[in-house]
Amino acid sequence: MKVLVPVKRVIDYNVKAKVKADGSGVDLANVKMSMNPFDEIAVEEAIRLKEAGTAEEVIVVSVGVKQAQETLRTALAMGADRAILVVAADDVHNDIEPLAVAKILKAIVDEEQPKLVIAGKQAIDNDMNAAGQMLAALLGWGQATFASELTLDGDAATVTREVDGGLQTITVGLPAIVTADLRLNEPRYASLPNIMKAKKKPLDEKTAADYGVDVSPRLEVVKTTEPPVRSAGIMVESVDELVSKLKEKGVV
Amino acid sequence: MAVLLLAEVNSGELALDATAKAVSAAKPLGDVTVLCAGASAAAAGEAASKIDGVAKVLVAEGDSLGHRLAEVTADLIVSLAGDYSHICAPATTDAKNIMPRVAALLDVMVISDASAVLDAETFERPVYAGNAIQTVKSKDEKKVITFRTSTFDAAGDGGSARVDTIDVPAASGLSEWVEDKVAESDRPELTSAGIVVSGGRGVGSQEDFALIEQLADKLGAAVGASRAAVDSGYAPNDWQVGQTGKVVAPELYVAVGISGAIQHLAGMKDSKIIVAINKDEEAPIFQVADFGLVGDLFTVVPDLIEKL
Repeated sequence: MKVLVPVKRVIDYNVKAKVKADGSGVDLANVKMSMNPFDEIAVEEAIRLKEAGTAEEVIVVSVGVKQAQETLRTALAMGADRAILVVAADDVHNDIEPLAVAKILKAIVDEEQPKLVIAGKQAIDNDMNAAGQMLAALLGWGQATFASELTLDGDAATVTREVDGGLQTITVGLPAIVTADLRLNEPRYASLPNIMKAKKKPLDEKTAADYGVDVSPRLEVVKTTEPPVRSAGIMVESVDELVSKLKEKGVV
Repeated sequence: MAVLLLAEVNSGELALDATAKAVSAAKPLGDVTVLCAGASAAAAGEAASKIDGVAKVLVAEGDSLGHRLAEVTADLIVSLAGDYSHICAPATTDAKNIMPRVAALLDVMVISDASAVLDAETFERPVYAGNAIQTVKSKDEKKVITFRTSTFDAAGDGGSARVDTIDVPAASGLSEWVEDKVAESDRPELTSAGIVVSGGRGVGSQEDFALIEQLADKLGAAVGASRAAVDSGYAPNDWQVGQTGKVVAPELYVAVGISGAIQHLAGMKDSKIIVAINKDEEAPIFQVADFGLVGDLFTVVPDLIEKL
């Protein structure tokens, strides 16, 4: 079976986002960009399914700016077989909303007929946590979000989910969408030989228009501001001083 | 304008705090109808009817809604959607699972984790792990929203809304519940606790995390953990506070052995009073702390437990 994994190019996990002075957004010019960490976990899980002989082919897809092909090459270097780049924006500051991404992914799923889509649960830029669920809705498929464990057995997937208060295990009939949470696995690093090999793996370039999807945003970003700054408080010298300060504030 | 609000119902019981906070977030948007769905939901419906500001309660009780699987719960909400301009829920893992599915079925964008309501179509929401606040204006006919509960005060009680029972859709057949592994605990729930004590990588081991728990129990607090502590296996994932875990805003937040990574701050910086205990005086957590104490947590925390 085929497994499809959508990946997003986002600000690197270790870079602190800076808001532009004019309030128009977060400054992404000359900022290190990487694969969304949750998507790395999704790619890793798909590759493990291939290594286990459960999946035959792992296809990675990215929707965004042309430079997202670097992200796709990273996924190919990790072990994905081929990639589809859907160019939908020409400016890195133009974030494509999860609904539009889900519509493009639906069109690709209709073409490629994967039995499983593994996505990251959330992108660390817009923090929407939505594309996987939306794709499941558009396809009429079952969904298993926030997965920390995935087992495939014939025509069903058993998924343990990270939920408030603990864990929930469900089964979803295939085809299905699974979204990856942090503890699903630890993604591998691509080795240098594999990075070289990845350059020769197929990467198809498409546009949003090829799939007839309108990517214009439904949510107009009116402005982007810095969060209110918390002013630093005081340093106390001892436990006694801490206890008396907390008593003064009436919180203990 | 009318609002449909999906209440948080766990095993037939209303999660009052999360639901009441979402009610106060939703109230400026119109008359609030609360939907209580589940295999057992009547008692939750009764409890929801008493929340101040609730105009009406719908109880959808049936086996197909057990464990609130996303597919059938989304179908239920979509079947009711015609009557409402806004469809919302507190941003729990359940709602984050269900609401984007609802939005896509209605061909609208979801507004995840809204932290403020500016008007009927304009909302604030944190992005980039809380390093930026975006103001978004929805052009969609219906708005589908999850509310970040930590930024809203819970609506009070004293309501007496009418409770109607509604039909329940058939099971979707797409997914099936197998089991829940819910940690049994006498401690308060993390997102609604008045005091939270969290441990980080500095705690050093799962065994030593017991010290964090002792301090929490002394204070009647919930226990939290940084992502680093969770990743290192010191604490379970559902204790995680931060961008990828839970967002909390208690009266008192005590961070022990937590350096204060951006992703952790995103989950707790709205707390009223923050106490940081860390042996590294350069730790970024001190920049947001009201009271900082530089010291070895293994001497400071036992001392604190004794003196509180």
